[in-house]
Amino acid sequence: MIDNGTVATAQHDRREFCVTVAVWCAAMSVIGVLIWILVDIAIGGLAEIDPGFLVEDVQNAGREGGIGPIILSTGLILVVCLTVSIPLSFGTAIALTERVGAETWFARNVRRSLDVLAGVPSIVFGLFGNAFFAMTLGLGYSILSGGLTLACMVLPILIRTSEQAIRAVPAEYRYAAAALGMKRTTIIFRVVIPVAMPTLAAGVVLSVGRALAETAALIFTSGYVARTPGSLLDSGRSLSVHIYDLAMNVPGGGSRAYATACVLVAILLGINMATSLLLRMTGLRHRSETGAAC
Amino acid sequence: MRSDRTLTIVTRTLAVISAAIVVLVVGFLLRESTPALRQIGVSRFFTDASWHPRSGEFNLTPMIVATLVTSLGAIVVAAPMGIASAVFVNFYASRRLAAWHRTLIELLAGIPSVVFGLWGLVVLAPIVATFGGSGQNLFTATIVLGLMVLPTVALLSDAAIAALPREWIQGAAALGIGRSAIVGWIVLPGARRGIGSGIVLALTRALGETMAVLMLAGNIVEMPSSLLSPGRTLNANIALELGYASVGHRSVLFVSGLMLMLVVSAIIFLVSRQRGTRRDR
Amino acid sequence: MRSYLLAFSLLLLCLMFAGCTSASSTKHIPDELSGQLTLTGSSTIAPLATEIAMRFEQQHPNVRIDVQTGGSGKGIADVRQRVTDIGMASRPLASDEADLTAHQIAADGVGLIVHASNPVKELTPDQIIAIYTDKINNWKDVGGEDKEITVVHKAEGRATLEVFLGHFVIDNPSVKGDVIVGENEHAVKTVAGIKGAIGYVSIGTAEADIESGVLIRLLPLDGVAANTANVASGTFPMSRPLNLVTADSGSKLAGKFIQFCQSADVHDLVKSQYFVPITSESEIAK
Repeated sequence: MIDNGTVATAQHDRREFCVTVAVWCAAMSVIGVLIWILVDIAIGGLAEIDPGFLVEDVQNAGREGGIGPIILSTGLILVVCLTVSIPLSFGTAIALTERVGAETWFARNVRRSLDVLAGVPSIVFGLFGNAFFAMTLGLGYSILSGGLTLACMVLPILIRTSEQAIRAVPAEYRYAAAALGMKRTTIIFRVVIPVAMPTLAAGVVLSVGRALAETAALIFTSGYVARTPGSLLDSGRSLSVHIYDLAMNVPGGGSRAYATACVLVAILLGINMATSLLLRMTGLRHRSETGAAC
Repeated sequence: MRSDRTLTIVTRTLAVISAAIVVLVVGFLLRESTPALRQIGVSRFFTDASWHPRSGEFNLTPMIVATLVTSLGAIVVAAPMGIASAVFVNFYASRRLAAWHRTLIELLAGIPSVVFGLWGLVVLAPIVATFGGSGQNLFTATIVLGLMVLPTVALLSDAAIAALPREWIQGAAALGIGRSAIVGWIVLPGARRGIGSGIVLALTRALGETMAVLMLAGNIVEMPSSLLSPGRTLNANIALELGYASVGHRSVLFVSGLMLMLVVSAIIFLVSRQRGTRRDR
Repeated sequence: MRSYLLAFSLLLLCLMFAGCTSASSTKHIPDELSGQLTLTGSSTIAPLATEIAMRFEQQHPNVRIDVQTGGSGKGIADVRQRVTDIGMASRPLASDEADLTAHQIAADGVGLIVHASNPVKELTPDQIIAIYTDKINNWKDVGGEDKEITVVHKAEGRATLEVFLGHFVIDNPSVKGDVIVGENEHAVKTVAGIKGAIGYVSIGTAEADIESGVLIRLLPLDGVAANTANVASGTFPMSRPLNLVTADSGSKLAGKFIQFCQSADVHDLVKSQYFVPITSESEIAK
């Protein structure tokens, strides 16, 4: 290796340079497009936002007043969705990864069917939610129906990421814990989940994003009513449904649609920051520790 | 041990509930599409002259093709960019830039499809229109769809890479291996399960996306002849026509939903068969 | 860590219950009208219905009206199955829907739009038919510039499409569009983005967008300018009704609400949504 040193090093450096440029270009173009979209939204709607916008009721079909009740409805829908889907998906993921290494027939097919579920169009989910939660279970157009339907939609994402997170925990950790005489339950809650937390958090963040972005499913389940909801059984409009209505149905509602989109992006930013803050506060290993490690 | 048995029972019950949801949704689709299937028969959905449900024509093939083109195209866009993004954040960016990049990608994940559709319609379509046509075609739809599923690939690949044992990377660096080689030979193969997961999830998301594609793909039902031809995906079709459909028409639309599920199942089956052969940790 | 999680969950719980406070008004004004009403159907009528419902609720505090969307077809199906009280349909009832009653609350014109820079001033019906059936492909054949015509058409089943096809007597399979759109706004944005495009939309939507500066222009039809004034006076030929649909055994509350929607009290609301109130009174100033 020392003999043809100069040639090999030059080639090596060239390759390093090319890869570095390629990676930077890719990352920068992703950031560039994203900033383009965000700036577009901001230009379209930032002018309409003032403190009143965030708390007032919806007036004149959304062209005046604010979006206070809508923010509340969206928050409630999100809470219902996460409260149902997180335990369900964690539990399922644990069940699917029971046998370390090998795969049961049950696990393999549950995973496949969940992947298929992920491909069902959102509008079909909306109609399913309408037929099952609203009609058959009698919940009607309500925040509960909407949250439960969204829970079904994010289930594939959460289960897949949870499974991935649990599998990525080195088997040696589990063997060591078992050798120490820990029960399986303890191993899972004290060893596996803390180590897997960053990936689990990534799954939750992705699901929150998906839930906030969902429109078609909520039109048929949590509905269109823009009043402040009195309970979880009341119909409530979510931010994305409001954006859709203002942009497509209400004449002259374009700038308000963009303003609502700004608020939605801000809320998402808030939730993501809260999640990473929570992770850091509870002392779990945080992803940002890896940086340019080499 | 008792608590272990409790754990097993609870987790298996939850898994069965999750599986039950899938069964419910599929059952719902079947129930709604059976009238049309019984009345019209399966073969006509592939052999009729065109798609004009009110005049009795029910050919779904151009729409199936459009769905496959946009979804697979979206993955072709999203996978390299997403993986590059994850690699960038973990190995090439400073810590602050990495944090910003991650935040921005998480934001991208939450933008509603309506907003993507509007942006594509007002900003991207006129740009594409300079190459000919209306700008609303499969190409524009593919690009925007790729942008929409990119966060899925990026975030999951990022998590998978970050979960790799640091000893691997430090050991490789100690051996004198350069950064790009570490990424290419150690990191990416090591994280391939997570990355593969991200890509499959992104693919299913792309297949299920409705609103943005509806606004950008042109919605003309014909076999696409080039990337700049307009097309209509199965989802956009359901969304376009469902609100105004009579009972029989509605059932036909559910058949197209069922068709989409079959397409998704086929793809999932193929992918999992392939990955099943590599059964190491 | 446990205490943090506990605190976080308590916070979430508080937020959840914060939203569950009961409605503000506790005064019970003796009013003969009370109860709940649900409307489902057309997303075109939904904003108008919501506004009218809010005004009705202010006048009758014991009444609650919920408006949901889902499309004209769903509205009619829901009324048939008695799942909802009133259906909203942005089209006339079909022949197989004769068991239901339609109450018209507004009208909406359908007009052709082109890009604002397009020099063509008017198109004859024959030219329009030829453009839409792909017999004329370039603007220069109808007196415009040398530019390809991009035809914007609507999806099957839409009321605007039915009105358009009915007026020009063409059937859908013979129309060869370049882009098919769903909502009116989609058509407007498409035409505004392509210089050689032509499409047809609700006149109200077009007027609202032209007011906010979108680059489109309405074409006159048969010499009559396309604006809501002409639709109101009946001189503009293409329009569609906006209907509230009930099954015959509608409740008293539903009847009162429909009466309210058809009364002159809500004409300002109808006009604010850029629709045309149904009486042919002369106050058309906007």
